[in-house]
Amino acid sequence: MVHDEVLAARAAWARVVPRDHTLRITDLGGNQAVDCLLYDAHDHANRYSAPDTISAQRNIFLVAGTKLLSNEGQPMMTITATTCAYHDTIGGACSRESNTLRYGHHTAHQHACVDNFLDAGTRHGLTKRDLVSNINWFMNVPVGSDGTLGIVDGISAPGLTVDLRADIDTLVLISNCPQINNPCNGFDPTPVQLQVWDGSPL
Amino acid sequence: MGRNRDTAQDFDDASKLVTEKHRLSNPATSSLDGARAHARSQAGAVEPAGITIPSTAATDLPHDIDAATVVWDETIELGGYTSRLLRRGSVVRMTDLEGDGCVQLLVYNAVATSERLNAADTVKVQWQAYLNVGALLLSDMGRVLMTIVADTSARHDCLCGCSSRLANTARFGDGSVSGPAPSGRDLLCLAGAKHGLGRVDIAPNINLFKRVVVADDGGLHLDGEPGAASHVELRAEMDVLVLLANTPHPLDARDEYSGSPVRVTAWRGDPAGARDPFRTTTPERLRAFQNTDELLAVTTP
Repeated sequence: MVHDEVLAARAAWARVVPRDHTLRITDLGGNQAVDCLLYDAHDHANRYSAPDTISAQRNIFLVAGTKLLSNEGQPMMTITATTCAYHDTIGGACSRESNTLRYGHHTAHQHACVDNFLDAGTRHGLTKRDLVSNINWFMNVPVGSDGTLGIVDGISAPGLTVDLRADIDTLVLISNCPQINNPCNGFDPTPVQLQVWDGSPL
Repeated sequence: MGRNRDTAQDFDDASKLVTEKHRLSNPATSSLDGARAHARSQAGAVEPAGITIPSTAATDLPHDIDAATVVWDETIELGGYTSRLLRRGSVVRMTDLEGDGCVQLLVYNAVATSERLNAADTVKVQWQAYLNVGALLLSDMGRVLMTIVADTSARHDCLCGCSSRLANTARFGDGSVSGPAPSGRDLLCLAGAKHGLGRVDIAPNINLFKRVVVADDGGLHLDGEPGAASHVELRAEMDVLVLLANTPHPLDARDEYSGSPVRVTAWRGDPAGARDPFRTTTPERLRAFQNTDELLAVTTP
């Protein structure tokens, strides 16, 4: 193991995970959405693409075996294992701005994932233009038969994990979601554990 | 010496061939005057697809549209792309002429292009994965870029994005923009580059005229059978930059790179007023318009 830390509730994180290293995210408190974006560490314009990923596997849910593709169609990371049934990548990240639409203008100053992405990303040379549709680990976004779509109660639990093997040197951006207006964090944001192994987890 | 002479002989032969080829096709282009006359003689050619300049010369318009108000009229073939700046209040009609088009659409705030279509917010904020009349195209800043004000297609997709060069090369042998199967992404990148945008600015797009159904198990199923001609109309709610390409949907599994032309026609119109029916269909949409009003109060005289 080359890295092990507990990321506080509501906090931002960024780190390069080298090729063939594995990042494990552990949902310590249960039903904690972990918003995530990936960038080719050597070319930030080559970055995670939710549409490419779900189109290639013809399914919206991220599961064990899912290859996380870039906007140029290149595999960036692979979900080598997960104890949570599936994860979301169509729900996007909360922002101060979208919170005003979803919950009212009184939420305009609440902390949000986009601000975490910007805080962590700008330290690595990224700008707002680099933010795109992201992954929400441990978050549950079903689509009804009439197209109704939304964040509902989670399917995760304390101690559930997801393992991501880097297929290329990957800059990983994480926002430990601070949202308190919907069930994505069980209305109670909690810490998550982030561990990195050189190779497979022991 | 012999080798040099052979090379010189080869060069002479090649020159003769090139000259012969020119003589066969364009006898006049060996001189500057001739080349200019030849170039100019090509204008006015009637092509099945192309662009109307001036756009006020457009014909075959919706019955209630005055040609004098038309600001854009262009037909995009399969594998084509285009872009245009549109003023607030303008309405752009995209017509799937033969029922097998698939438009990859991106929209930006023309004044500050770092504000752009956010496909995830568009479906999440409106609690709806399938676009229909009244749907707003939302920006990442909590504002409305465009509103779908008319739609005879109702087959659109906010989830699946577009093809990449890598994917098209794997499927068709050559996915480059110079080849027969250009990718949606590369064409949108070209469209954006004409306005100073880079590859980082090409975010997840919307597809018009092809629908994707999400099954209970999360499976994605393309509803993309060629159908009747249809159209969708989008009204600009601020000054916008529109990028679009016409390429096969990424879930299109046909062996051939397939599709049909799409006509794009836009005309000037009035911005949405305070009592516009599309403002108030849901509380989320009303707040998107309110946020947009707040921006325009600063930027619009």
